[in-house]
Amino acid sequence: MGDHHHGPAKGLSRWLFTTNHKDIGTMYLWFSFSMFILGGAFAMIIRAELFQPGMQLVEPAFFNQMTTLHGLVMVFGAIMPSFVGLANWMIPMMIGAPDMALPRMNNWSFWILPPAFLILAGTLFMEGGAPNFGWTFYAPLSTTYAPPSVTYFIFSIHVLGLSSIMGSINIIATVMNMRAPGMTYMKMPLFVWTWLITAFLLVAVMPVLAGAVTMMLMDIHFGTSFFSAAGGGDPVLFQHIFWFFGHPEVYIIILPAFGVVSQIIPTFARKPLFGYDSMVYATAAIAFLSFIVWAHHMYTVGMPVAGELFFMYATMLIAVPTGVKVFNWVTTMWRGAMTFETPMLFCMGFLVLFTIGGFTGLMLSIAPADFQYHDSYFVVAHFHYVMVAGAVFSMSAAVYYWLPKWCGRMYNETMGKTHFWISFIGFNITFFPQHFVGLAGMPRRIPDYALQFADFNMMSSIGAFIYGASQILFLYNVIATIVAGKPTSEAKTWEGAEGLEWTVATPAPYHTFETPPQVR
Amino acid sequence: MLRVSSNPVVDTVVKLASTAVIMFAFVFVVMVPLYNVLCDALGINGKTNGEAYTSVQAGVDESRTVTIQFVATNNEGMPWDFGPSVTMMKVHPGASNDTVFHARNPLPQAMVAQAIPSVSPSRAAAYFHKTECFCFNQQPLDGDSSAEMPLQFIIDRDLPSDIHTITLSYTIFDVTDMVGGSIAAR
Amino acid sequence: MLLKANRLRELALGPVLMLLGLASAGAAAAGDKVNQVNMAPGATEIGQSIYDLHMLIFWICVIIGALVFGVMFYSIYYHRKSRGVTPSTFHESTKVEIAWTVVPFLILIGMAVPATSTLLEIYDFDDAEMDVLITGYQWKWKYEYLDENGENVSFFSNLRTPQGEIYNTADKGEHYLLEVDEPLVIPVDTKVRFLVTANDVIHSWWVPELAVKKDAIPGFINETWTRASTEGIYRGQCAELCGKDHGFMPVVVNVVSKDEYAGWLETKKAEAAEIRDLMAQTFTLDELMTRGKAVYERNCLACHGANGEGGVGTAIAGSAVAMGDVSGHLEIGINGVPGSAMQAFGGQINDVEMAAVITYQRNAFGNNMGDMVQPIDVYNHKKG
Repeated sequence: MGDHHHGPAKGLSRWLFTTNHKDIGTMYLWFSFSMFILGGAFAMIIRAELFQPGMQLVEPAFFNQMTTLHGLVMVFGAIMPSFVGLANWMIPMMIGAPDMALPRMNNWSFWILPPAFLILAGTLFMEGGAPNFGWTFYAPLSTTYAPPSVTYFIFSIHVLGLSSIMGSINIIATVMNMRAPGMTYMKMPLFVWTWLITAFLLVAVMPVLAGAVTMMLMDIHFGTSFFSAAGGGDPVLFQHIFWFFGHPEVYIIILPAFGVVSQIIPTFARKPLFGYDSMVYATAAIAFLSFIVWAHHMYTVGMPVAGELFFMYATMLIAVPTGVKVFNWVTTMWRGAMTFETPMLFCMGFLVLFTIGGFTGLMLSIAPADFQYHDSYFVVAHFHYVMVAGAVFSMSAAVYYWLPKWCGRMYNETMGKTHFWISFIGFNITFFPQHFVGLAGMPRRIPDYALQFADFNMMSSIGAFIYGASQILFLYNVIATIVAGKPTSEAKTWEGAEGLEWTVATPAPYHTFETPPQVR
Repeated sequence: MLRVSSNPVVDTVVKLASTAVIMFAFVFVVMVPLYNVLCDALGINGKTNGEAYTSVQAGVDESRTVTIQFVATNNEGMPWDFGPSVTMMKVHPGASNDTVFHARNPLPQAMVAQAIPSVSPSRAAAYFHKTECFCFNQQPLDGDSSAEMPLQFIIDRDLPSDIHTITLSYTIFDVTDMVGGSIAAR
Repeated sequence: MLLKANRLRELALGPVLMLLGLASAGAAAAGDKVNQVNMAPGATEIGQSIYDLHMLIFWICVIIGALVFGVMFYSIYYHRKSRGVTPSTFHESTKVEIAWTVVPFLILIGMAVPATSTLLEIYDFDDAEMDVLITGYQWKWKYEYLDENGENVSFFSNLRTPQGEIYNTADKGEHYLLEVDEPLVIPVDTKVRFLVTANDVIHSWWVPELAVKKDAIPGFINETWTRASTEGIYRGQCAELCGKDHGFMPVVVNVVSKDEYAGWLETKKAEAAEIRDLMAQTFTLDELMTRGKAVYERNCLACHGANGEGGVGTAIAGSAVAMGDVSGHLEIGINGVPGSAMQAFGGQINDVEMAAVITYQRNAFGNNMGDMVQPIDVYNHKKG
């Protein structure tokens, strides 16, 4: 099939003008990996400065720019585009569509991303330095007291927001209109389901973020006072708007990860996913709850007690659907016939670490206890357990899982397993001690700390270097596979794999499913 | 369901793009006003009403005494001497009370200030009625001069009975740059 | 230094500690804070309630975690393909799924009950025996004791750790970064209400052992309270990112007996009176230089350098301001330079200190102007 079609164009123009979902997916994936390396480099600077008490390498002002850019680049540059890339590659193949519904827009939504991040990274070289107010950019630190580069920061947020919205519209349009005959909603792979829900979340909340930064822009340049008490505004309003976006945002990051894990665990357990329906409902429930829990990030701003109680109860409720998911995954493994190739190892790692992050999340939801945890390293540990273990581990699993399908070559299993173990160990050495220093009273976002925190910080830094190094191994393994991996032409790379993507040839041809498959 | 185009993909795109635009507008036309309404109603942040209270209370409740504390803070870059003339008052709910804050501009040039009130505990804010307050307007002051700024207030008779102390805080901001026209022509 | 010498040995113990961390979390030593792995119950009843709540939820999580991971690892071991098992094909069970939706919900209710009662306790602000207004500044705290008669005592609390320790040219002291020139002093067994606000950006006042953390928001006032049941010195830090020196604005609270507190308050009031007397005095150049050096080191050194060589701020040695007209120099010291990091110190240090530090700047670092500024000059300048 597809012989009458032209293949990819040659040279640079292939990538600049491509409307092929696989090409665009590939570009998203490489772009996000390069952002992951950049954000990782910022993290290495942070951990190097925190290796010992005292200021050694950087100045406090620069340290704040590092924490800010690390967060922004990782969230908006690495994690979100990586899942968009995966969606581009996999969703059409999973639902039996020839391409995305809006291939031209797909090209735009990718190509506006690199300039946005070029501008964001470029602020480092501007007068007054890069944004230094944290990735949550609370006013008035990010308005009245911001460096001049804040305007460029706002512009790049607008652009990447637009990119996300276009990408999401594309995904929804594809899933709703391009499914192969017989592919009903309740037959869709879970990865497609989680992405569909994620895309709706994105369409709903990225404009809210755009609204927040627009208000900042107006406060800074046009004399309004949305967030300034002097003119009758309120700095706390900023936090409400930000977290109204920000809390759904964390589910935007984690839901596709849930989808990936739900694809991989059944494959290697050689057993169908347990509780498919409840997985779908749980995902929807989490998405719904994400809109009514935002103020749990703000327990210490002085909300009325009724507000605290409402947000505490709503937040605690999230534990129920999240628990359902974890139980379903474990039950999927139960009485399966498991093997532990690299993708499966990363999923197990995900399951263990994400569950720990979920527990600390439950602890953080308890408002009175949060008065002690809030803005401490305990929070830093918590969200890295859910973000890194959730998004990065599942993304690594996804790459190892689908790489043979993408390029027709098998990765080096030993190297893959080594990558897993080094990252798993490095990750825990980095972030587990952060629970301790947080509980002992170390605030987050500080460039220097009291002596009582010294040992755990040194450990944390060593772990971070190990974890960082393991990603170089990952990069090497992926490149080595693409260039010189053992060729494989088996349509079904994994014995237990299910789904339409495993029915096409390996490597996946440039055009797939030009004639829609019939799903039974 | 409403169809905006016979092409289902276009239909989906138009609906979603409209949703995005509506969500952007939602921030400005719903979230901000709603937040302000909730703040007024629930006293979030201890915000008090920015308009003079005009209702009449049903007499003075002599049986109750509430302690009112006055606190003043200068925001950054505000060089005025600013503070309450008395730091504490004992008042009865329903009664009208008067006090003044004093302000002095030590700089040679004229300045304009805005005082922002905040009440603690915040749930008392809705029961703290100001019949006259310097915080309702911006306060201009010539260079090197002083002023007495009046405050007149009533504590509502319905103030929850477990509140015995209310703190009224003013933060004074320099808004000279935010005022459009000339301030010399006061 | 002892702390440094022990570092390597402790580091070797690190991984062991980490493993023990979860198990020993309940028994964190109260005294020695080095390598503390858990929240401390601290010195207040609320702190104890929060700690109990924290431990309750921690243990519930540990039990659930043990069950989930137990099942998972059992499965990983016994349900391996290499053991020759054939996979089953079951993929749903309504009963089980309902059970693991309902049971967690019930557990959550069990957690919500004590959480709610603790929260309500924390929110009971009324009937405090004394009130302190806490104002966050970039990057220091100001404490003001509200007094019925208007005789408020107020002072700033700055980081005391010398730059040398931070930039590794001197050994770090025991309370590195957690020491201030003047701590907040409060009496033991007394309900103290804190009114928290800020002067510029959002800060957050946090003392773990008093179980108090409250955001300081410019323009608005927040409240919280504590009742310390044990005397002692409790240390904390600003918890909300507030700019460059966010990591360098510690909180130190000295909880003393009621008698000692009363004495301390009297001393502070007397000091204030003394300052008023001093204002009327005329000082010699030497007196002003001695006082001025101390003021400089506390307030100016961080930005202007130990030898007036500048840094964040401009150089003072040889500067046009310090070697120019006295009133221009006073103007900057009192009212700051708008739009720059140079703050208005007129409201932060008293007139004697201002006179001294201006004199010091004009005569130290080789400036040798030979002139003097007296407190009355500062007073007159402020008055215009």
